[in-house]
Amino acid sequence: MSTVAGTFRIARREGAARAWYAFSRNSTSVAGLIIVVVVVLWTAFAPWLTPFPRHARAFTDIEHANQPPGLPYLFGTDTIGRDIFTRVIFGYRFSLLLGLVVLSLAVPVGVALGLAAGYFRGWPETVIMRVTDVFLSIPPLALALAIMAVLEPNLQNAMLAVSVMWWPWYTRLVYSLVSSLRQEAYVQAAEVVGASPAHILLRELLPNCLPAILTKMTLDMAFVILIGSSLSYLGLGVQPPDPDLGTMVADGAKYMPDLWWISVFPGLGILLIVLGFNLFGDGLRDVFGVEV
Amino acid sequence: MGYSSYLIRRVLLSVLVLLGLSILIFTIARVIPGDPARIALGPLASRGQIDALRQEMYLDRPIHVQYAYYLSGLLRGDFGESLYTHRPVTDDLRDLFPATLELVLYSGLIMVLLGVPLGVLAAYYRDTWVDNAVRLFSLGGVVTPAFVWAILLMLLFAHALAVLPVAGQFSASMTPPPQVTGLVTIDSLLDFNLGAYVDFLRHLILPAVSLALAGIAQAARLTRASMVDVAGRPYIEAARAFGFAEYRIALKYMLKPSMIPTMTILGLDFAALLGNAFLVEAVFNWPGIARYGVEVILRKDLNAIVAVVMIIGLFFVVINFLIDIAVGYLDPRIRLAHAEA
Repeated sequence: MSTVAGTFRIARREGAARAWYAFSRNSTSVAGLIIVVVVVLWTAFAPWLTPFPRHARAFTDIEHANQPPGLPYLFGTDTIGRDIFTRVIFGYRFSLLLGLVVLSLAVPVGVALGLAAGYFRGWPETVIMRVTDVFLSIPPLALALAIMAVLEPNLQNAMLAVSVMWWPWYTRLVYSLVSSLRQEAYVQAAEVVGASPAHILLRELLPNCLPAILTKMTLDMAFVILIGSSLSYLGLGVQPPDPDLGTMVADGAKYMPDLWWISVFPGLGILLIVLGFNLFGDGLRDVFGVEV
Repeated sequence: MGYSSYLIRRVLLSVLVLLGLSILIFTIARVIPGDPARIALGPLASRGQIDALRQEMYLDRPIHVQYAYYLSGLLRGDFGESLYTHRPVTDDLRDLFPATLELVLYSGLIMVLLGVPLGVLAAYYRDTWVDNAVRLFSLGGVVTPAFVWAILLMLLFAHALAVLPVAGQFSASMTPPPQVTGLVTIDSLLDFNLGAYVDFLRHLILPAVSLALAGIAQAARLTRASMVDVAGRPYIEAARAFGFAEYRIALKYMLKPSMIPTMTILGLDFAALLGNAFLVEAVFNWPGIARYGVEVILRKDLNAIVAVVMIIGLFFVVINFLIDIAVGYLDPRIRLAHAEA
């Protein structure tokens, strides 16, 4: 037994090495990964890696207000003298947090429902997939707006609203995967030897759905961050004085074109992180050979 | 027979989706902590006033009766009165929605007219610099939020180059044309007022393009992918063996079947434009429903929120329905599959 397990372990390690090799051959995927890693690390150590960490929250320095980009204010300062560069880096914290929380709420729910609908068929399939269809046919922003309508606008509620609109995509993805996987010989073999549905779902089907789920999660980090910044931009997400990229763009838009840097740099900041996750996710998709 | 049963199924599905959306909003509206009547009247209202309003809003009745009243209101297009403007919500929408609709329609037009040809070009000149340029452009379109595009385009074309107007729907010197359809560009044409038409178009360009960019990117990507997919089919080889001109093969034998998968997604993108219009309208001070929508959400003005969300949902469902009809018409497999079933 142990030799068989050992063989599997070696095979898995070789598979991972091969996957990394395939991934690293694609320069845009690697660029995406580098962007993501750099932004995540920079954000994690923001208090030490930004010139004016105190500017991240409420802070006023009227003497240095409205400075154009230059030194020491790399991206300029806003109308009350806060360093835009510092605030962009701190702003990533909210974007990344939003992405992580939304996916960790939406993915387990969506995946569980997709597994159940794809495997059990019959009425669970009908009920789950029809409800999923209704959720998918509601325009995402309308749903988020409807939910925000009854809640106080803040980060937690924005996360909740986006999560509610995100799970159906995973249900549909896993459902379509499981519908075809359940015909595979190894699933039928497990059924024949009397494996429990829990074993089949979690040990046979789920691991085979993981590449597609992980790829979609990476790509979705990009889209969740986009939606989150849109909600903040409309004033329905992160509230001042916390720095959020969407809120900062909205603030700066009032002072166009003279103080253009107040919105342009946070806007480019959103672009950068979304680009990073997008390229990284595209690379994973090619390596895993999955359709998401 | 096959096609009509397909259509009937689509209509039923659309109705189901709208019903689902109405139940969802109703539920959301009822789970808010606090009494809607008290929220509507503010903290200074007396007990008697609140009770009167509760009765008027049917809040004292059982929940299914409340839903029945709410649904019959929706069906009659009666959303009640806005707590924010103190006018019937329907009147507010009638004033504001046409401007948004016009923006979205032009944006959708730009999305298709630019996106599809770009995709065709990329597929035709596959793996050349043209293809790479289109890919780079598509990536930019997808990863940039519409409001960032709006700000960048505004800085470049309205401020730095000063070739297009900064904001608004028309110049201050213009008077809006007599209202026929509510869409100012069409009304100005009906009025034979070419000057006004040009002025409106110039104001439309920046907002419509900023709104369309993500969709253009998506359209180009999808068109390219399905063209490349179709290009490998044997019948394309056959057409080539017959000696048909390459452009003819591309446009006639590759583009048409490629449009079927592309159209479905484009329909979703087109419908999503209405939601994204919220993001662009604010930048360009466009007199549409965006500011109203956000304002009523912040003020917890339930009647107006329901109307705004339902109108976005309705638009979404109508567009998807139209696309389904078109796809069913274009794709004989769908018609035939349903005829057999």
